[in-house]
Amino acid sequence: MTAIPFTPEVSTGAFRVWQRNRDATLRNWKTEFLGIAIEPFAIILALGLALGRFVELESGEEYVEFLAPGLLALFPMFAATFECAWGSYVRLEMQGTYESIIATPISVDDVITGEILWGTTRSLVNGSYILLVAFLLNPWLHMVDSPWAVLAIPVGVLPGLLFSSISISFASIARAMSHFAYFFNLVINPMFWFGGAFFPFDDLPRWFQIVGWFVPLKHVVDIYRGLIAGELAWSMLGSLAWLAVATVAFYLLAVRLMRRRLIH
Amino acid sequence: MTSVLIEARGLVKHYGDFVAVDGVSFDIREGECFGVLGPNGAGKTTTIRMITATSPVTQGQLSVAGLDVGTEPRQVKAVLGVVPQEDNLDPDLLVRQNLEVYARYFGLGRERVRQRIDEALALFQLDDRARSNVDDLSGGMKRRLTIARALVNDPRVLILDEPTTGLDPQARHLVWQQLRLLKSRGVTMLLTTHYMEEATHLCDRLVIMHRGRILIEGRPHDLIAEVAGPQVLELRLPAAERDALLAEFPQGDGVSMEQVEDLTYVFGGGRASLLAAERVSDPHRAHLRPGNMEDVFLLLTGRGLLD
Repeated sequence: MTAIPFTPEVSTGAFRVWQRNRDATLRNWKTEFLGIAIEPFAIILALGLALGRFVELESGEEYVEFLAPGLLALFPMFAATFECAWGSYVRLEMQGTYESIIATPISVDDVITGEILWGTTRSLVNGSYILLVAFLLNPWLHMVDSPWAVLAIPVGVLPGLLFSSISISFASIARAMSHFAYFFNLVINPMFWFGGAFFPFDDLPRWFQIVGWFVPLKHVVDIYRGLIAGELAWSMLGSLAWLAVATVAFYLLAVRLMRRRLIH
Repeated sequence: MTSVLIEARGLVKHYGDFVAVDGVSFDIREGECFGVLGPNGAGKTTTIRMITATSPVTQGQLSVAGLDVGTEPRQVKAVLGVVPQEDNLDPDLLVRQNLEVYARYFGLGRERVRQRIDEALALFQLDDRARSNVDDLSGGMKRRLTIARALVNDPRVLILDEPTTGLDPQARHLVWQQLRLLKSRGVTMLLTTHYMEEATHLCDRLVIMHRGRILIEGRPHDLIAEVAGPQVLELRLPAAERDALLAEFPQGDGVSMEQVEDLTYVFGGGRASLLAAERVSDPHRAHLRPGNMEDVFLLLTGRGLLD
């Protein structure tokens, strides 16, 4: 019996898997595009402008300005999680897509890597679009203060990889579609509310901030907040490092779990 | 001299305490169709999964085209074409895209396989469905597309795991025709099936597996002659008449009988079977027919013998 190497064994096959997902998505590009196109407008209108009228921040900024980095972090996170939680599970379990791919020279590690890269791609497309909308609305809403904000796109690779890896790790242990209720209710929803997107953390009790440190989204929002405001701080590098470590950990976990699921 | 494409020696697969495959050895030679028969749970699919490098071998040697499956899984999979038991075509892609994207998994670009895909679509009578959704295809079309997909990398061995299960007779015969055509073109095949007719017609050699072991190996017609005999007499008679009739058969001499509920089988009865069939009070209660693969299969894996 051959020992299974701990390090992922990845080839160009990962890119083939990415191409498969791209082709499948482009087939339905109209429906895909519609969802992405309307989302940021709806949320800016509803939360930023409608709800924002009732919110007064200590910093004096408009709520919609405060919200911008949060939206830039949240919606790409959703794009990655939907793709690599539901989407991957459907491909794994309902469609047998993984099974058909690993019958070719492509390995399980390639499949997982390709899936994560695709989830990351979707989150980057989503993030770029939100940033574009924010720029376009800038004359009226002043959501972006600094050109540094553009850096949010390359930086976004990291949370894209992280949230894709977390999601596919869960997909690899899920036994039914209904199990995703646990994932979305226990992991993604709390992150949505307590990831620092909707309210400032600074004035909250200390225990709240400690908990916040463990929430991946909080680090993403912190980095984007700095970039969008043009206020660069060393703590942003810390957050970047936190995300990098978590990404590697969850990527390795995803590969291990999916090998166990598919190779037996 | 024909070369051996798949070589298994003492192949074992454990799942915890459960032994799914218990030391099987076989050779699959270039150009032949090799069948694996066996009841559900016999270890057929597990054996296939080991060959396709999606299930680690617990013990024993397994090589494909001279490559060790454990150490060179990618190279092994590159020379195989796999038709799984359940269709796993890509419903997110159109019919033709299914073949193109699959070819890309083998590192074959669209241009390189254009002609091969055209041919495959024509051969499997799918050329007018090239732009269809996979979900709109009938069961038979999906099967044919799955086989076409498995050929897209021009494999050295085509592995078919129950290729016609769940198809209606028309669709099944069409698939058989196409598999015969592939065979005549020299495609090497490994086939598992529950249809004895399929095995008899398509396979040059076959093994019957049971509880993880190979019970018998040989050419279908040799196995039938050897195990079931040229003729089988089926009787459905009242006990008294049956016993009187059976007493007429010569003892030993290769004659065997089997009682299943109210049905009696007599194997290897030869001339005595012929005479018995004529003497039965009601001719509808006796049926003399050629031995077949199903007899071989049931005799070896199913029921105990009477004698």
